[in-house]
Amino acid sequence: MKIFIKFDFTRTCTKVIQDKLDELDVKYHLMSFGEIEFLEKVSVEKLKSFNQTLNDYGIEIIENQKVILVQKLKEAIIEMVFNEETTINVKSSVYLSDKLGHSYGYLSNLFSEVTYTSIENFIILQKIEYAKTLIIKTDLSLTEIAFKLNYSSVAHLSTQFKNTTGITPTAFQRIIEKRRELSKNKN
Amino acid sequence: MQDDYTHVVLADDDEDDRLFFIEAFEELKMKTKVETYKDGVALMDALLQEDTPIPNILFLDLNMPKKSGLECLKEIKANAKFKDIAIAIYSTSASEEDIENTFVNGANVYIKKPNDFNNLKKVLSDVVTINWQYHTSGLNRDNFLLRL
Repeated sequence: MKIFIKFDFTRTCTKVIQDKLDELDVKYHLMSFGEIEFLEKVSVEKLKSFNQTLNDYGIEIIENQKVILVQKLKEAIIEMVFNEETTINVKSSVYLSDKLGHSYGYLSNLFSEVTYTSIENFIILQKIEYAKTLIIKTDLSLTEIAFKLNYSSVAHLSTQFKNTTGITPTAFQRIIEKRRELSKNKN
Repeated sequence: MQDDYTHVVLADDDEDDRLFFIEAFEELKMKTKVETYKDGVALMDALLQEDTPIPNILFLDLNMPKKSGLECLKEIKANAKFKDIAIAIYSTSASEEDIENTFVNGANVYIKKPNDFNNLKKVLSDVVTINWQYHTSGLNRDNFLLRL
């Protein structure tokens, strides 16, 4: 038997972190996703073992300031792409520099230095990833997906999809369906 | 970001292709550790050893003696130990049938071997960079399909 599940990435992580923090037995305050404020002094040993516990879940404490800023930048981008309620009317460069309080030039250089890719490419990658999820998990047509993701036309979405992944949205859908068939037949 | 380098493995029976591959990675600015094997059997023997570190990306030539790339792909996909490896098919073939068939069997990337060294560098750099994004940004690896 095979079932499909979907999960809320943010909620999963927050729950794990909360549970582990409770085990740590210190007063803390969970800020926005990915930020924890300790309300009392925590020993280095405790912090180390906390980090080790989290590593089992693929979570780790970030030490480098640059990496932290890039992490915030990524979160802001993901929020921008995935947020459906509020369409952001300003250009993404203006939005990101306002949100993070640094000039876009600085953010852009830093981002490329740490992630080996540009902010623009990262935004496109995230949008295409979102399109993939919608193609697989919903019955939305490509036209509806293009509209949802703020593309001016289906052609624009298809072209960007093809440029980013090397395959067309239709081929993508077909491959994922065949994969499911194949794994169904194996069981 | 546990490791600050990407561990790359290639299985290819063509010695020249293996050399170009290693050289291309040496010239990229990303930190990588590259290992190569001369056929599918040598690759699988090495991977199945207890103490062999699991690669981040595995490049498979399709036509190899003893064990083909497709056979390796199927074996790797059937083994939970290897679920985190991104698999890139690295082949001279550009037949639509080969491409779709390897994707369906779980490959993440399909590369038609470039015949020019600069293109090779560009293509390999693209693969490692995009894989890095999947690795560090919590993206769903099941949706990772890339054709170059």
